[in-house]
Amino acid sequence: MSAGDRMLTPEEQKEIEAEMAHYPLKQSVCIDALKIVQRHRGWISDETLQEIAQFLQMSPDQLDSVATFYNLIFRQPVGRHVVFYCDSVSCWLLGCNRLRDNLSERLGVRPGQTTADGKFTLLPIVCLGACDHAPVMMVDSELHRDVTPQTVGAILEKYT
Amino acid sequence: MPGQEKPLTKNIRPDGTAPDLKAYERAGGYDAARKALKLDPPKVTDLVKQSNLRGRGGAGFPTGMKWSFVPVGKDAPHPKYLAANADEMEPGTFKDRLLMEGDPHLLIESMIIASHAIEADVAYIFLRGEYTLSAERLESALAEAYRAGYLGQNIFKSGKNLEMYLHLSAGRYMCGEETGLLNALEGKRANPRAKPPFPQTSGLWGKPTIVQNVETLCNVPGIVANGADWFKSLSYTADGGTKLYGASGKVKRPGLWELPMGTTAREILEEHAGGMRDGLKFRGLLPGGASTDFLVEEHLDVRMDFTEVQKAGSRMGTGTMIVLDDQNCPVGMVANLTHFFAQESCGWCTPCWSGLSWASQMLDALEAGKGKPEFLDYLAHETKFWSPGNTFCALAPGAAEPLQSALKYFRADFERHITEKRCPWS
Repeated sequence: MSAGDRMLTPEEQKEIEAEMAHYPLKQSVCIDALKIVQRHRGWISDETLQEIAQFLQMSPDQLDSVATFYNLIFRQPVGRHVVFYCDSVSCWLLGCNRLRDNLSERLGVRPGQTTADGKFTLLPIVCLGACDHAPVMMVDSELHRDVTPQTVGAILEKYT
Repeated sequence: MPGQEKPLTKNIRPDGTAPDLKAYERAGGYDAARKALKLDPPKVTDLVKQSNLRGRGGAGFPTGMKWSFVPVGKDAPHPKYLAANADEMEPGTFKDRLLMEGDPHLLIESMIIASHAIEADVAYIFLRGEYTLSAERLESALAEAYRAGYLGQNIFKSGKNLEMYLHLSAGRYMCGEETGLLNALEGKRANPRAKPPFPQTSGLWGKPTIVQNVETLCNVPGIVANGADWFKSLSYTADGGTKLYGASGKVKRPGLWELPMGTTAREILEEHAGGMRDGLKFRGLLPGGASTDFLVEEHLDVRMDFTEVQKAGSRMGTGTMIVLDDQNCPVGMVANLTHFFAQESCGWCTPCWSGLSWASQMLDALEAGKGKPEFLDYLAHETKFWSPGNTFCALAPGAAEPLQSALKYFRADFERHITEKRCPWS
């Protein structure tokens, strides 16, 4: 099957078209499109990238220059849940390196890796804008504040 | 009198819920928008000019002056655009989050007024993707405003039209830079653009555009409702209004407070944040996010406004201070900051892509006890290449600020890493 045969699902297309109404040019919606499709498929594979590019009448390389620019677009497979620990300055002052090591140990992976059961990917992320509650982490899109070695286990257990 | 009124946070509820349209209007919400729509657009801009409102995103540019650069009247090109910069990614900064989560209609009303002033046809809220609660609250407030006829066609039965959309980004510091944000909204890599042309005449899709920080915008309804003199009277200094100040780090009560512009760093640190945690000593602070120079003990009585902090050798920036204590290593802190800037650089100009990553490696080596005495001069020299004028945007100049000031105020700590061949804090 060639790239031209593959298509975005009708649902994906519908969601992207709804966003298109907000911009004068089709291509302007590309970051929304990447996010929408990633929400359905978990990550953006080369094939997925081609499908979106075709739908928006862009070249895959042009779209990839946008996809690779963002921290929250995954061009490699990730686990069912992505655990982001903030590693910026306020969280650093409050011990984010210890949080990172704690998460690493509990999950048995280093930052950038996915657990063997495919459940969690561990990634650093820049300041999450909740510095009065440092250290913080985000699982998928859910923020967890004032994380301590005592609370981190219970946070991870919430995700199945 | 300063300290009596809190126009930015008056509707913020302690329980963390947000007022809906009805509650917002009960508190006088959208009266200022109705009033503004009856005024000639240049009159609104003049009022903002007279108020001395300056940009709260960090640069402090006079807001009314910025708006006055947008062509208005019958010969002006259309569509024109307004973009609220809600890409709050400056490390240590968490003030716009409070406004969007706690009072979403205030931002929408502010944007209606600003759009009227510059005769914008379309307004975008450029929100960082991680702010999911802000997104939820803004989406629901936008829907309410559309249903009430405050957005869309013939808003407030004024004969004017305004579309307003929420754009959720996907996480990159560069998107918060004015021209990077324009490229990001157009669906391109968020590299900065060369200026001129300035966004006020050639911004989104080549059309006149104003990009304005959330907190800056949220000051506008109060100015329209109560006048420029009222706004100036809220402040201790010539820079008008109140300011959302914050503190993070090992202080007793990290948080955010709306205080008169020009409140001293000492009052924020000692009274509002409760001072350092027990057993810790104050070493220094970054007054307004990662890209501001350190201030130390001798500067604590400086008034936190755009002019006074600059006189002390730093910038007020976003006004949310990051506090360094004596049990954290200043070299480690600067290594962390420089790593952030190197990682988030878009790689467009040489001082940034080359200089920042080089400095980041050098700081990591110093922190690991592998530094050499000449490193300190190399680093001080390198920060000069990052100064304004050598780069397209303010990322590298911002990165220079904590580093150059740390080399000045914490030099002995840097030297100990070299002589002891280890981090004294590790």
